Amino acid sequence: MRELKFAARQTLPVFCGYIFLGIAFGLLLQQAGYGWGWALLSSTLIYAGSMQFVLVQLLGGGFASLASVALTTLSVNSRHLFYGLSFLEEFAKMGKAKPYMVFALTDETYSLLCGVRVPPELDKKRAFFLIALLDQSYWVLGGLIGNILGSVLPFDMTGVDFAMTALFVVIFLEQWLAAKSHAPALLGLGFGLICLLVFGPDAFLLPALVCTVLALGLARGRLAPAVDAPGEEAGTE
Amino acid sequence: MNVFFAALPPYAADIAIVLVVALCTLLTRALPFLLFGRGGKRPAPFILYLGRVLPAAVMAILVVYCLRTTDFAAAGGFVPQAVAVAAVAALHLWKRNDLLSIAGGTAVYMLLLRVL
Repeated sequence: MRELKFAARQTLPVFCGYIFLGIAFGLLLQQAGYGWGWALLSSTLIYAGSMQFVLVQLLGGGFASLASVALTTLSVNSRHLFYGLSFLEEFAKMGKAKPYMVFALTDETYSLLCGVRVPPELDKKRAFFLIALLDQSYWVLGGLIGNILGSVLPFDMTGVDFAMTALFVVIFLEQWLAAKSHAPALLGLGFGLICLLVFGPDAFLLPALVCTVLALGLARGRLAPAVDAPGEEAGTE
Repeated sequence: MNVFFAALPPYAADIAIVLVVALCTLLTRALPFLLFGRGGKRPAPFILYLGRVLPAAVMAILVVYCLRTTDFAAAGGFVPQAVAVAAVAALHLWKRNDLLSIAGGTAVYMLLLRVL
């Protein structure tokens, strides 16, 4: 299956990142007293990296209420509110796979799908689905490995999760080189840095996204002509 | 709500927490589709415009996010990140091979973490 080979190659950087972060998550869960069933359950049903690290703190009843669990989750994951906007039309064409594509739209899968160019001889929908599915399988696998073997892993893999940063840098560069206007990238970079300085590393993501979306909205009159390409599908650019 | 937790065996409360986190995560991912992707009609041009310009902006923000804990107080806190990001960019502009850029940058980062 050529789509599987293509998806496996595309997801290789995410494999490095997810296996390593998954191991860290599984290990943390195990140290909190939760076995592999919990790693499997949470990585399968939740599938949100940073939120699952927060989940470890929430488990065990030390938390006030289910309502505060819900509020914490909504605020940690609020950035996802913006990702679907780039795939409204693309996912609508995916039929039975659409619910899974929506569910599995993590930062990394979103980035891969934004950056990927599926060769015309391959089935694009199948390639998209396999990219999403492989990414989650790496995450589940990492969580299980970390939970079962984490404390006995013999080698020091510290820093391998930089693969994720490198992936975002590469996709950023590719989009920069292809873009007709650099304004969106510069607005994101500018508001990212400003909000990081103003709100600090733990709270800047949502304000940065909101400011960027507002600025992009206000700049539509000037930017739209540069990015509107009739006949082109959102998310493939 | 604490009454709710107290009335359940410990694992049932944990399962409830996992399910709530799962549902709320799904809600954040599904909301754009629920709001703008229903009924088979094309989303409003403004929404499609946002969908087109957001990836480049989000990617820049995610790069900042990954480097958010960079610490300029000591060389070990920022040199590995700075050199590795530069290595990724240089490799990528040179060869345009994503796996090479990512593997090379990650190797540089892991090496610098250990020698600095």
